Amino acid sequence: MEVKQFNYGIWTDEVNVRDFVIKNITPYYGTHEFLVGPTARTKNLWEICKKATKEERQNNGVRSVDTNTISTVSAFDAGYIDKKNEVIIGLQTDELLKRTMKPFGGFKVVQKALSEHGLVPNETLTELFSKYVKTHNDGVFDAYTKEIKKYRSLGFLTGLPDNYARGRIIGDYRRVALYGINFLIESKKDDLAKIKGPMTDAVIRLREEVSEQIKSLNEMVELGTKYNLDLSRPAENAQEAVQWTYMAYLAAVKEQDGAAMSLGNVSTFLDIYIQNDIQEGLITEVEAQEYIDQFVMKLRMVRHLRMGAYDEIFAGDPTWVTEAIGGMFEDGRTKVTKTSFRFLNTLYNLGPSPEPNMTILWAKDLPENFKSYCAKVSIDTSSIQFENDELMRKSRGSDDYGIACCVSHQDLGKSIQFFGARTNLAKTLLLAINGGRCEITGTQIVEGIEPCNCEYLNFDKVMANFKIAMKHVARVYNDSMNIIHYMHDKYYYEKAQMALIDTNPSINIAYGIAGLSIVADSLSAIKYAKVKPIRNEDGLTIDFKIQGEFPCYGNDDDRVDELAAKAVADFNNELKQLSVYKNAEPTMSVLTITSNVSYGKKTGATPDGRAMGIPFAPGANPMHGRDSQGAIASLNSVAKINYEDSQDGISNTFSIVPKSLGADDSSRTENLVAILDGYFSKKAQHVNVNVLNKETLLDAMKHPEEYPQLTIRVSGYAVNFVRLTKEQQLEVITRSFHESM
Amino acid sequence: MHSIESFGTHDGPGIRLVIFLQGCKLKCLYCHNPDTIDTSGGSLMHIDELVEKAVKMKPYFSEKGGVTVSGGEPLLQSKELISFFKRLKQEGIHTNIDTNGRILNHFTKTLLDDYTDLVMLDIKHMTEEGYKAITGVPNNETTFTFAKHREASGKKMWLRYVLIPGITNIPELLHQMGSYFKNYKTIEKIELQPYHKLGIHKWKALGWNYQLKDTRENTDDEINTAVEILKNYFKKVKVN
Repeated sequence: MEVKQFNYGIWTDEVNVRDFVIKNITPYYGTHEFLVGPTARTKNLWEICKKATKEERQNNGVRSVDTNTISTVSAFDAGYIDKKNEVIIGLQTDELLKRTMKPFGGFKVVQKALSEHGLVPNETLTELFSKYVKTHNDGVFDAYTKEIKKYRSLGFLTGLPDNYARGRIIGDYRRVALYGINFLIESKKDDLAKIKGPMTDAVIRLREEVSEQIKSLNEMVELGTKYNLDLSRPAENAQEAVQWTYMAYLAAVKEQDGAAMSLGNVSTFLDIYIQNDIQEGLITEVEAQEYIDQFVMKLRMVRHLRMGAYDEIFAGDPTWVTEAIGGMFEDGRTKVTKTSFRFLNTLYNLGPSPEPNMTILWAKDLPENFKSYCAKVSIDTSSIQFENDELMRKSRGSDDYGIACCVSHQDLGKSIQFFGARTNLAKTLLLAINGGRCEITGTQIVEGIEPCNCEYLNFDKVMANFKIAMKHVARVYNDSMNIIHYMHDKYYYEKAQMALIDTNPSINIAYGIAGLSIVADSLSAIKYAKVKPIRNEDGLTIDFKIQGEFPCYGNDDDRVDELAAKAVADFNNELKQLSVYKNAEPTMSVLTITSNVSYGKKTGATPDGRAMGIPFAPGANPMHGRDSQGAIASLNSVAKINYEDSQDGISNTFSIVPKSLGADDSSRTENLVAILDGYFSKKAQHVNVNVLNKETLLDAMKHPEEYPQLTIRVSGYAVNFVRLTKEQQLEVITRSFHESM
Repeated sequence: MHSIESFGTHDGPGIRLVIFLQGCKLKCLYCHNPDTIDTSGGSLMHIDELVEKAVKMKPYFSEKGGVTVSGGEPLLQSKELISFFKRLKQEGIHTNIDTNGRILNHFTKTLLDDYTDLVMLDIKHMTEEGYKAITGVPNNETTFTFAKHREASGKKMWLRYVLIPGITNIPELLHQMGSYFKNYKTIEKIELQPYHKLGIHKWKALGWNYQLKDTRENTDDEINTAVEILKNYFKKVKVN
């Protein structure tokens, strides 16, 4: 291939984007003062987008849907917002915000989603998918056991990707820009030739997968042709680098509607091209920012067709175009470049937004100017989140990574993740108290747990029973995951994304838990106070009477924080024992998205005094109002959850009113930097930051039309506040807003 | 002890662990923590435990932050605070006391001179009558004696002043305060705390009568005027 202006390296001969970035990066240590505002073209386009999203909200969340076409990489003609103003082009369809059918995850889901808007798929497709074509969803339910269905319907296992696409896989979209697709095809062909017999299941499957990937790469070239772009060759300048990278991502979101489809960490990569063009006098800062603004605008316009029920677990119509920004290389240099700033600057140029889900990889050694700018952006927009670069880099052994979905490390182009939603750990604890029966229906879930008949709950006995319950829940959870991922590979394989990832990558399976703070406080109550179960005539515990006081998670009190850390370690250990499809490595997260509301609904009263049906705290957060010693004590409690026991991520959402963060702008920025440095030095993994007044949220509930871009961080991502259901809005408002006297 | 705030951003420099001690001999009309006044309330806490809390917070303190002891009136427990602050200084943690400056005994002097990096001295009122009207007790120069002692020790001090329209926010009083302190070298800044009524519900909960019910809050202009006056005398004037 022809490489003119770049420093050579291993990357020149084989696919290795990291090497290219390492050899060519220009780290930036300066301030944000070089940044510029949006161009007139960008402003014009954004006005059209704002109008379209308004129409979307007014039309029950969907502006239009195509009911005749199965969306694939090369489906649909070229689409534009307003061609003459676009410097970065490409839409998922021929029309802005038009949603499409991607029926291979599950046709019934597509039908349901359409019917909620008074639509049906065209007759041919309906006939095909009813009679002849099988989907992921069909396959999963063919294989599910009665036991899995029981765990699922009673809410022990929730939000499983068995009727929607699993997502979480991050294609290394940079590859298309750096190498051009022809090179990638050749490289995959070489790989395919090397995959030889004996023809075991795994070998046959891999050969089929790589062949699919090659077809998909050809389809990407076709997609480019529709926009008059020659993606077969490498990008030759900054505009093309941004355009090629976006086309690769666009291919992915045309073919798949995975719950979360992250972008990776493209900003540092793109900076190399931009830096080159600026140095050569081809463009100025104005064009550089224009490319990034318009790229980000396109990412904001990505849509998938979802059914209403989906909103319960993933509220606000998220797409998780997560872009990891910043961080450090193993060699001690920072990955921060001017384009890291340019990405953040889009939150001013286009206003706050949940997407792309910008995630700052925070490290003590990041340039101070960048740290301050991130803190300022966070305070001004509540649109970004922070993750501990040092912790993840060292623990996971990779410095070129993206964030899958909300909080999970993923080595780019080298590894993928199997998404596993989560289990309800609070409900699992109740099994330990109810002789293995569901606390709401009385259904026997787990055998071998003796009912607690004593007047007061005994800590040791509950812990022993809890361990048995965990073991069984882990087993059934693992069974369901193996089925789901087997079927997803079979019926809805992510060929476009996998084409941009090494052949046969390492895989980790991403299990998860919800209800951690409830478990910790419940165990603390049983251990340090006296908890008397109130039982119904059927012997099921329907309530608890607590006598005495007990320490609550969120106050930096080791007595209870250790119980939380232990629950995480114990359940993770149970999961680690079980073998996984494709030999995936088991990992776990403490993350709820917005499902903490619906999980709470499905969970009876708990020994910590929480009444039946009350929402859980999100992610690894302490329960609202129980953290009485202020923000730092609360952060310190969460930091005690050991990342090694929860390598898929530990999500914490930190909300504070501006006045409490500091008396003026400069002290707020300074204090937020100090909080992040302090929190991450404690080996915490993740934090969402909201700097907002409760009154703003209350007013936005009353007058949503005045707050179309009000963004708020929830567990691991951000949403437009006005797109949440009323129930979810109220839950966000009830949550602890740190507010000192 | 009354309570703990692990993220104090308005009680001294940087991010601070603020420990509110129980008990105060004054009953200021505008007190926004009236539940800390009763000297028989509160709970006991081991110094070890408090030190441990502070040490756990150290990574958040950055260059500026540390521990602030507030109240109530912390100097009522000067003797105990000596051992606390001594331990904090061994840990390299910045120490700060928020006080009305009425106590200046042997223990207080040791605490202030040897272990307290910063004192925030509350100037209630420049006149004897005004002081008594606000606090319920005579001043007898205690505030000024305290300030003189701090100045003589050469260690840092901030002044704090609650601005109440018509009571303390009166130009001639502000000039008087400025003239009195203008030559003090240890004063880094003066913090103005505009009067607000956020503590009223606590007065109600205690069954006490809140006498300033009809007093209004400052207008922005009134605050700005006060700042401008004080800028003539102090290096730094900050509205908190």
